[in-house]
Amino acid sequence: MVKINGRELNLAGNTLAAYLKTTDFDVKRIAVEKNGEIIPKTQYETTILQDGDCLEVVSFVGGG
Amino acid sequence: MTIPTKAEWLDALTQRHGAELQSRFSAATVAICGLGGLGSGIAVALARAGIGTLILIDFDRVDLSNLHRQQYKACQLGMYKADALTDNLREIAPYLNIRPMTERITEKNLKTLLKDADIVCEAFDVAEEKAMLINGVSEQLPHTILVAASGMAGLESANNIRTRKITNRFWLCGDETSDVAEGVGLVSTRVAVCAAHQAHAVLRVLAKQTERR
Repeated sequence: MVKINGRELNLAGNTLAAYLKTTDFDVKRIAVEKNGEIIPKTQYETTILQDGDCLEVVSFVGGG
Repeated sequence: MTIPTKAEWLDALTQRHGAELQSRFSAATVAICGLGGLGSGIAVALARAGIGTLILIDFDRVDLSNLHRQQYKACQLGMYKADALTDNLREIAPYLNIRPMTERITEKNLKTLLKDADIVCEAFDVAEEKAMLINGVSEQLPHTILVAASGMAGLESANNIRTRKITNRFWLCGDETSDVAEGVGLVSTRVAVCAAHQAHAVLRVLAKQTERR
C-alpha cells in the first residue's frame, strides 16, 4: 500500500504522474513530498510508487 | 533625534535575544520572494528581530489596492515595492543589510537570484507561482530552507492559520484552503497573522527549534 495525504491506496507499481491524472490536483499548483523529499516535477513520469511509500501532495491556493 | 550607533543597536538586540541567538540572526541571509501583504510583513518582522541581511524581490510597484494590507505608505504609490520597502526598513532598522531587486522570479533565474540565501520565504500571490518557487528551489538549491504560505484569505478564524513542517527543508504556513478567489479576498489581519507565522518559522529554524515532522 502507498500512503498519500493520509490515505492508504493500492497504487504500488503506478507512476506518480499516472496517479495524479486520476485526481483533481492541478499539476501546476502542487509540490509532492515523498519519504521526506520534494520530487522534482521532471521526475513525476519516472517515479514509480512502491509499497510503504508515504507521500503528501501539497496543493497551493492563491493569496499573499 | 540621533540614531543609535551600530554597536548600541547590536547591544540592544543581544540583550533581548542573548548572544548566541543574536549571532545566528545577524549572520543569516533571508530572501523574501514577493513583497505584498505577506512579504512586506515578513520583512518588517525580520528587520525588527535583527536578521543580518534581507534580499527583497518583487517586479511590481505600490498600488492603491495594496495599502489595506501591505507595509507601504500613501506617499509611496507608484514606487517599486523593493525600493519603497527598503526605505521603510531603513527607518526601522538602519543597520540591516538590504539587497532590493526589481525582478520577476522564474524557474530560469531563481538560482542566480536566491543562491546567497540561507532561507527563502515564498510570499507570492498566485498559486502557480508559489508551486513554481517551491519546486524550483527544492530542485536547484537543495540546501536552502523554504518557508511558504498557502491559505490566508477571508475572515475565517485566524486560529486556523498554522505552521507545518513538510520536509526537513520546507515549512508551510496558512490554513491551506482559503483561496483569494473566493469570498471577501485578503484582509490585513489574517494576512499579517500568516506573515508572522512565516517570520516566526524563519527565527525558529535559525534557533534550531522547529516543529517535528
